[in-house]
Amino acid sequence: MSLFLIAALPFLGAVFPALLIRAGRNAAASAAGLTTFLALMGLLIHSPAVLRGEVIAARFDWMPGLGLNANFMLDGLGFLFALLILGIGLLIILYARFYLSREDPMGQFYTYLLLFQGAMVGIVLSDNILLLLIFWELTSLSSFLLIGYWKHLPEGRQGARMALAVTGGGGLAMIAGMLILGNIVGSYDLSVILQNKELIQSSPHYMPALILILLGCFTKSAQFPFHFWLPHAMAAPTPVSAYLHSATMVKAGLFLMARMWPVLAGTDAWFYIVATTGLVTMLLGAVIALFKDDLKALLAFSTVSHLGLVTMLLGFGTKFAAVAAMFHIINHATFKAALFMTAGIVDHETGTRDVKRLGGLRHLMPITFTIGTIAALSMAGLPPLNGFLSKEMMLEETVHTTWLNSHCLVPGLAVLAAVFSAAYSFRFVSHVFLGPQRDDYPAKPHDPPVGLWLAPAFLVILVVLIGLYSAAIVGPLVAVVSSAVIGGEKLPYYSLKLWHGFTPALYMSVVATLGGLFLLALHRRGEQIWNALPRPEAKVIFEAIINAFTRLSRLITDELHNGVLSRYAVIFVTFTVGLGYYAYSTGTIGIETRVPLPAQIIPIIGWICLVGATLGIMWFHRNRLLSLVLIGVVGLIVSIAFNYLSAPDLALTQISVEVVTMILLLLSLNFLPTETPWDSAPARRWRDAAISVVAGIGSGALIYAIMMRDFAFPTISDFHLANSYKGGGGTNVVNVILVDFRGFDTFGEIIVLGIAALIIYALTESVLSTNVRGYLLNRKPHWPQSGDAHPLMMVVVTRVMMPIALMVGAYIFFRGHNQPGGGFIAGLIVAIAYLMQYMASGYTWAIERQRFYYHGTIGWGVLIAAATGLGAWFNERPFLTSDFGYINWPPLEEFEWATAMLFDTGVFLAVLGAVMLALDSLSRFAWQPGMAQEFPMDINPLRDDPPEEEEKEQV
Amino acid sequence: MEALVASAVGVLTAAGIFLILRRRTFPVILGLSLITYAVNVFLFATGRLALNAPAVLNKYEEVPYTDPLPQALVLTAIVISFGMTAVIVMIALSAYLSSKDDHIDMTAQDCVDAPGEDA
Repeated sequence: MSLFLIAALPFLGAVFPALLIRAGRNAAASAAGLTTFLALMGLLIHSPAVLRGEVIAARFDWMPGLGLNANFMLDGLGFLFALLILGIGLLIILYARFYLSREDPMGQFYTYLLLFQGAMVGIVLSDNILLLLIFWELTSLSSFLLIGYWKHLPEGRQGARMALAVTGGGGLAMIAGMLILGNIVGSYDLSVILQNKELIQSSPHYMPALILILLGCFTKSAQFPFHFWLPHAMAAPTPVSAYLHSATMVKAGLFLMARMWPVLAGTDAWFYIVATTGLVTMLLGAVIALFKDDLKALLAFSTVSHLGLVTMLLGFGTKFAAVAAMFHIINHATFKAALFMTAGIVDHETGTRDVKRLGGLRHLMPITFTIGTIAALSMAGLPPLNGFLSKEMMLEETVHTTWLNSHCLVPGLAVLAAVFSAAYSFRFVSHVFLGPQRDDYPAKPHDPPVGLWLAPAFLVILVVLIGLYSAAIVGPLVAVVSSAVIGGEKLPYYSLKLWHGFTPALYMSVVATLGGLFLLALHRRGEQIWNALPRPEAKVIFEAIINAFTRLSRLITDELHNGVLSRYAVIFVTFTVGLGYYAYSTGTIGIETRVPLPAQIIPIIGWICLVGATLGIMWFHRNRLLSLVLIGVVGLIVSIAFNYLSAPDLALTQISVEVVTMILLLLSLNFLPTETPWDSAPARRWRDAAISVVAGIGSGALIYAIMMRDFAFPTISDFHLANSYKGGGGTNVVNVILVDFRGFDTFGEIIVLGIAALIIYALTESVLSTNVRGYLLNRKPHWPQSGDAHPLMMVVVTRVMMPIALMVGAYIFFRGHNQPGGGFIAGLIVAIAYLMQYMASGYTWAIERQRFYYHGTIGWGVLIAAATGLGAWFNERPFLTSDFGYINWPPLEEFEWATAMLFDTGVFLAVLGAVMLALDSLSRFAWQPGMAQEFPMDINPLRDDPPEEEEKEQV
Repeated sequence: MEALVASAVGVLTAAGIFLILRRRTFPVILGLSLITYAVNVFLFATGRLALNAPAVLNKYEEVPYTDPLPQALVLTAIVISFGMTAVIVMIALSAYLSSKDDHIDMTAQDCVDAPGEDA
């Protein structure tokens, strides 16, 4: 199976549980399980090749300009992790089906789980560090959803937020580190980076890159001092904890350290940072775990400790340590997932996971007891279980490690950690299962249904088998994984077996086991001492830091964003003008190369009208109706100017938009105050006037400078002019650009227009459903109302004009490809034709006779435009490629048919629908009861003349 | 001719900005309309001015054409600006009808009354 498919399967599958949950929980779980199973099978198909040491690759150039390629590779290391992620994922899916209760939304759970799984698989299969970073951040996001799955629990929400802040923050640091690394090597492909050890380690940027990448790894893998998020993430449902903290999320950091091991490891910096952090984490996690009463917290800190162990081994930088690290990852995943599931079962069946309230469960829950005990003893490192093997290898390696000339520091601390590790493992068994049976369990304990214990039982069998026959079962895998980690060099000598003779490691193991038993016996005393010790509480510190940041950002936001819009505008304008002045005073400006066009008398008259109207608006803007009239003058002059300056399409558009805008503003003025009161002091007005005059001079001077010079670079317009007829089949270049060359822009614009209209509709709906409606019904009009709401002359004229206007619209539409016109203008003209009916005969009258809905019109417009664009795909062309031909139907003249015209139909419908929906919504504000009884100009002898007082203002 | 267009853009911009700096909704809407004119003419004029040279291809003789690209961009801008104006008008209208107040600025009192954010 292609690596693309393996990585994509969980994401594709994530859709199904959310949909299938309506068919029941089994359907959702099966869909999730089946997807994972398929991906797992796809992976296993590659296993013979991978075990032979081959590297499977799948490459796809995604954004080559950025160096971001969707390259995947599968080597031993990726194979091991993908196997853990998918294999344990499958077990978790089974377990979760029986663990989650009826109230939990299970569809959501599986969807989140598969998203997370996909992100994890993506990390381990990526052969491009940018791609890896994308998946890395995806794991942070999807784990946030999983940890916070029980949204009703505050601990769940806080834990999820903390995990996101810590791991996401570390991820950001890692992005920087990876970019530095890619910059050093000159490629973002892992396979290239891994070949360049000398280049990277001799670079002056090695240290910053190393620290930043390690920050990402340490936060993800919960290394000291970032370990605190992991225990808080235990608020998640147990299947999530079992998955995230045994096999996946926290192993991502280890994976990355292992992946980068060939190029980053081997320096002193690497050894002292990584090995020391790992050692401290291992010891600290083990000590804290011993004193946790919550089963999951105990396991959480033990996970922290084991992650520290692996980190330390990777930090040693020797080949043998790398082998031990890989082997321990396998072992830890098996026994820790089983232990989490056991803890979940205990919690599920007894109603508590507080160790202090448990004990004596061995006879009540024999199956759980067996599973839990074997897994815990493996965690303690007892033979013949798999945990013993890798712990021996770890201890063996510490003996050969010197830390700052000290030979016994590392082995000593490692043994101490092992003592505590054995102690908490024994405690898990003895305080939960051994001891006297109690009679105060919150629920009556019994073994769970098979669905719950099957998954951990399977893992425990692996624990035993790997322990007994390690070389046969995982030997080849460990060999190929380790050789991938150490960069394909020769493997060191090691042997996976239980008995190595009387080695130092064996004595250390014996000490650890006996010490563990001793500590367990003294647990009560130890706990008293532990509780008396002052300890920093990570959560309090974390929250204090977060709160400080929140206060800071709120302070800044409140200062900058205080809701005074006019202040924002002042700042924006002055800043822009200042920038413009800076550019002008520091830059150079070329000489004028164009000869100005002579100004004839008519343009001068137009200019006087426009400037006069504009100044009039400024002067009289308090009188709102008058300023609307003057704005109409400005709009008219602008459209005439467009026409004069060789832009007939713009002139047509501007004048029709002008009409609908005027109607819109007049309608709204109907409900707003007619006068603007004075409410700024004269000083402020002078300041505003000064700002605006400077800005006006700036923009005028800028455009003058542009107009007097030729293009600085060759223009692409010549291409459009040359290809408009040849390639687009139309002679109106502006229209061909709109529907063909830049059709995608136009497509976006009609969507925007449609959304704007829908916003207006939604606003109207929400406002009219409040007490505003009552106010509108009782309001007094601003001006005296006309005695005749629907003047006879106007009604007659508009009805006669309706078909003519529609015909003009059709004409403008059809000629648009070759002559000025097109869908935009036709849409506006037809909208005006309808609006005339609204105005003359009344809104209610027009609505009653209308046979289509505006929402649908917008929708059809966008769909038709999209369908036209998609049609190109069927001819193996890119989206929105247009085609055209000529049709000759005698006796008609030859005429042209272009797919662009279909696209233009979409534009037409969207514009028509959007304009009408906007004005229609506004018109509904004016609705008054009793309007429907009026019959403008309907000659009906049976009708009584409406009484005088019912005549209401009409739209 | 260029001077006329440039000065018109300048006057429209100045008037538009002056109105945007007012404190009631309606003048701000008018100001936005004026700025829309100014910006559209500005963009259009970046294609340089030409008389009697529309970008409609002539099959029969060689004639000069004006720059079609800014025209196409401005055409959609004009239509979009209608959508924008309509949305702003509707927001202004709804705000006024709901609160009987058409100031655009929030006062300190508004900030106090506003519902608190999630702490």
